[in-house]
Amino acid sequence: MKILVPLKQVADPDNANKIKVTAGKIDTTGLAFKPNPFDEYAVETALRLTENAANTKARLGEVVVVAFGTKDVDVMLRGALATGADRAIRVDATDDALDGDLVARALKAIVEKEAPDLVLLGKQQVEGDSNQVGQLLAEYLGWPQATFAGSIKSEADKALVVSREVDGGTLNLKVTLPAVVSVDLRIVNPHGVKSMHTAAAHAYPEGVRFAALMAIMAAKKKPFAEMKITDLVSDASLKVTYGSAELPPARKAGIKVKTVAELVEKLKTEAKVL
Amino acid sequence: MPDFLNVSRHLSPEERSVRDNVRAFVDARVLPIIGDHFERGTFPTELVKEIADIGLLGCNLAGYGCAGLSEAGYGVAMQELERGDSGIRSFASVQGSLVMYPIHAFGSEEQKTRYLPEMAKGNIIGCFGLTEPDYGSNPSGMRTVAIDDGDSWVLNGTKRWITNGNLAQVALVWAKVGGIDGDVRGFLVPTDTRGFEARLIHKKMSLRASVTSELILEDVRIPKDAILPNVRGMKGPLSCLTSARFGISWGVIGAMEACFECAVDYAKHRVQFAGKPIASHQLVQAKFAEMLTQITHAQLLVLEVTRVKEEGQLLPAHVSMVKRSNVRSALEIARMCRDILGGNGITLEYPVMRHLCNLETVYTYEGTHDIHTLILGQHVTGIAAYE
Repeated sequence: MKILVPLKQVADPDNANKIKVTAGKIDTTGLAFKPNPFDEYAVETALRLTENAANTKARLGEVVVVAFGTKDVDVMLRGALATGADRAIRVDATDDALDGDLVARALKAIVEKEAPDLVLLGKQQVEGDSNQVGQLLAEYLGWPQATFAGSIKSEADKALVVSREVDGGTLNLKVTLPAVVSVDLRIVNPHGVKSMHTAAAHAYPEGVRFAALMAIMAAKKKPFAEMKITDLVSDASLKVTYGSAELPPARKAGIKVKTVAELVEKLKTEAKVL
Repeated sequence: MPDFLNVSRHLSPEERSVRDNVRAFVDARVLPIIGDHFERGTFPTELVKEIADIGLLGCNLAGYGCAGLSEAGYGVAMQELERGDSGIRSFASVQGSLVMYPIHAFGSEEQKTRYLPEMAKGNIIGCFGLTEPDYGSNPSGMRTVAIDDGDSWVLNGTKRWITNGNLAQVALVWAKVGGIDGDVRGFLVPTDTRGFEARLIHKKMSLRASVTSELILEDVRIPKDAILPNVRGMKGPLSCLTSARFGISWGVIGAMEACFECAVDYAKHRVQFAGKPIASHQLVQAKFAEMLTQITHAQLLVLEVTRVKEEGQLLPAHVSMVKRSNVRSALEIARMCRDILGGNGITLEYPVMRHLCNLETVYTYEGTHDIHTLILGQHVTGIAAYE
């Protein structure tokens, strides 16, 4: 099976208390960046689908990772290559010249060229939480889609049974390949992915795998293509542009009231809730 | 990571990838369990296989199943391991720099192929026997001897403060050939050899998540080819220590970071006096300014020493300076952070006291702070104060 995994680099969510907004713009100076966690789960899922867990070095399929960004995202792509992905593509772009729609249209062009059996991606990125790209891509390709996958079972690499958590239970969807599937956190539990190559009882370690240091050095030699967004789409205009950003207002200190009567009075005249 | 001057821009993408990967491993596997191991006084043997699978053992060596990292790559790996715990980093330092490195540098081809791939996989654990109960800072006074007995060597002596001693399948024992005036040579002693005994050292208040032992060798008979053929004299063990001290100099930056990040976070949330976080207090801010400066010094010094090492121009005195300076900074930072955390600072709920206790050992082992002072003093004056 050939799988395409789009990745995005995001500001580390642990930075939340360091974010500054200057003149309506988020100031990214000093922030740490890391791969979007849901996208890391998608890479892990793709690797599990293309290997026998008893011998993960022998790859039984192809995993191509793609990211939109400046050279800053190379480390993330190299990291994916080091964990087992076969090839990387970086589409040169800056975040302010991208929206979910443009990314989906550019991915469509890559999919048409690469012809993967499956596009696996994180359900959303944790900066904007827009949760659009997978759905738009499936629409533009005319492919079946399954979103928020909590587990995936491959049926002879021709179809996938995708489970997603819903209120009160699990919804199981069968999608015929090729398809677009977005993954949720639970996919990386020890039994989240069942492939045709790995014994059904196999339990993976919880979470995503760590690259071997030797593989990090070897990843330098794996194919790494760079392209421009205009190589993929003729119209790079955006449908969504961000106006300005503002931080949530700081909480003001409360006041103390002496009597119940005063409280009722304040609720009526100041809070105006009575 | 406090990286005030963006020192990481001097790392290659692969080196940054090594750092991030080991960091993720430590976050996921080490930090959740290390406090409990420290409290119980046990080494997390359950991590050995994964540490080996990642390729952390002997990771700066080339060939024989080792990862072949650059010096900086090795450094950042040690840094991230020690952000977890100095005991975990010590485990890797001993295996990689003190046992695998000398086999790689001074061993026969047969020794290399027999030991290195299995040690990289973590199937064979090694320990390094140099220090003796009465010979610490002055190892050349050692009393352990190896007698040539025809087709075998017979070793007698006692080694102490041996990390990994009770975990090890092989001990690299340094001994004097023929008698206490003989040349120092290295011997690879399988720990199941008759007459070899490792005794666990108990009641430690530091490096509690690490195995420390005494090795007793009583008429230990090993084959003739168990000797490291290509080094004689104190140059052998000292070159191992130079390699390990280099890793320590990076490692303690990880311990500094763990303490610093914890204290910053704590100070921003801990409210005292007029509803203000203690981070708003001038005395607390002064501590952070001092610590950030010390961390930045440490990062710059070790990076420059790394470049000198990569250029093949490294002197042991360079390593003495960076080990001495960085470990002292780490210890001072751990103490300041413990202070900022107040009473909470003494518990294992936070990593600071654990690092503080560990760093007391790191300050002493691999050449005490004072001995490195004297090595630098000798470098300046040409006079050895310890002779």
